[in-house]
Amino acid sequence: MGKPRETVMARVLEVRAENPRVKTVYLDFAAKAAPGQFVMAWIPGEGEKPFSVSFCGGARIGLTVAAIGPFSRKLQELKPGGVLGIRGPFGKGFKLKEGKAAVVGGGCGSAPLGFLVEELRRAGSEVVFVNGAKTKSELLFAARANAAGARVIVCTDDGSEGRKGFATDALAELLESEKIDCVYTCGPEVMMKKVAGLCAQNCVDCQASLERFMKCGFGVCGQCAVDGMLVCRDGPVFPLSRLARLREFGSARRDACGSVDA
Amino acid sequence: MVELGAQLAGVELRNPLVLASGVLGVSAGTIERAAESGAGAVTLKSIGPKPRAGHPNPTVLEWGCGLINAVGLSNPGMEAGAREVEEAVRRVKVPVIASVFAGDAEGFAAVAETVAAAKPALLELNLSCPNVMGEHGVPFAYEPGSAAAVVGAVKARVRGIPLVAKLSPNTHLLSGVARAVEGAGADAINMGNTLGPGMIISLEARRPVLANKAGGVSGPAVRPVAVRCVWDVFEAVKIPIIGTGGVSSGRDALEFVMAGAACVGVGSAVAWGGPAVFRRIAGEMRAWMEANGVSSVKELVGAAHG
Repeated sequence: MGKPRETVMARVLEVRAENPRVKTVYLDFAAKAAPGQFVMAWIPGEGEKPFSVSFCGGARIGLTVAAIGPFSRKLQELKPGGVLGIRGPFGKGFKLKEGKAAVVGGGCGSAPLGFLVEELRRAGSEVVFVNGAKTKSELLFAARANAAGARVIVCTDDGSEGRKGFATDALAELLESEKIDCVYTCGPEVMMKKVAGLCAQNCVDCQASLERFMKCGFGVCGQCAVDGMLVCRDGPVFPLSRLARLREFGSARRDACGSVDA
Repeated sequence: MVELGAQLAGVELRNPLVLASGVLGVSAGTIERAAESGAGAVTLKSIGPKPRAGHPNPTVLEWGCGLINAVGLSNPGMEAGAREVEEAVRRVKVPVIASVFAGDAEGFAAVAETVAAAKPALLELNLSCPNVMGEHGVPFAYEPGSAAAVVGAVKARVRGIPLVAKLSPNTHLLSGVARAVEGAGADAINMGNTLGPGMIISLEARRPVLANKAGGVSGPAVRPVAVRCVWDVFEAVKIPIIGTGGVSSGRDALEFVMAGAACVGVGSAVAWGGPAVFRRIAGEMRAWMEANGVSSVKELVGAAHG
């Protein structure tokens, strides 16, 4: 059975604002997590949800959370000294490939990508971080990626910072002008579907981090299925070879009932 | 040469291992994967009358010796559920078992009839979910009369598809319940559902961790209880049994067979071994049988009863 992955109440060490909607909660939780892996975070009486690990090291982890619903707002209201239930880390993260990397993030989908950029740089890869968001105030981890030594291309839908347009447009140009060995992406699924398509066209390797409604987090309940794949256990990061065969990638997801919203 | 083939109420299985309901079975795609990973038959998650979100998270947890869950019968409702069954029957190369539930006997009959139209190989009646007592009262399988009423109501409406009654270990009337469902027309018994309900409390949070507070216990810790239940049911009835509860190795599976199970359910073990557990368990069964000169698993059904 291995070591059980029981819920541990982790102490909140620090809460830091990343942008007006997004905060990082740092926890006293020693774990070896790879970028792209996630934990289940439990607020007693409020619920439990999966969050990707955005910082990891020195016996602490960080979860970078956008204020979207009641649960994430409660999470953002945690104060140092408070506690959060954590189980995990779960799933398969990004596999660091040798060579030049392009990392493409959309909105709060960039949450695991600052960590990824740092790890890629540590492994010696040249990294281009395409950081896309609706508007300037929603950009996430551009400065962090820059500090890690990545070249950062900022794109906003409204042109309030960087180039005006989608991250996928910037990626398309990048793939035409430079030799990229692997593209790593996390963000809205429609964006990732486009990224995977561009990579397939250009014969460039790609990995995408998917998101689905989850319950167990460790591959038993089946709730997070995308075709026959379990996002929590087989993913959340999938390689292009798999993405290309997933019928539901970019087209269908299940709600808490298990109903398909196609 | 060792023969792992099994038969359940007239349905042929290439091996006795059955993916238990509630594990992986939210979609046709996931049960197809379990089949490709070696399961002899696969069961979809229970389908009820209406779309249902179930309990809020946390719903499924690992603990020291197994799992505990209170998913609360989340399902997309019988129309969407029947479409999923239809797709599963079309795609999956081993027998597909559809599981159904409802709040009363007539509700069961209506859901069973709708789902039966999708032509699953077997229809399992979930009489034993321990996680909805607040809403549905005590599970039907705790008491012979209630269990028989559901089986009888479904039998009157569904023809041509064998019915499996999924029983509960949580009753002191188990033999009576088994005889009652057999008498009402059940073609097989799945023995059985999760144990308990149980509870896990976080000391630091000073609260139960499951949002539903209590939930069904499964995994290796429940196996001795489940084996004894299969033993009791085998003594009580003639219809074949799917023995379910904490199986994670070939030896575990053969223990259920010797207690009286024609087929063996596998559920929680998927949490530790992934869908690949089916191939491993079947291989371990085969190896034990070869080493012990047993040519067919059918010879071992009930062998421990002497």
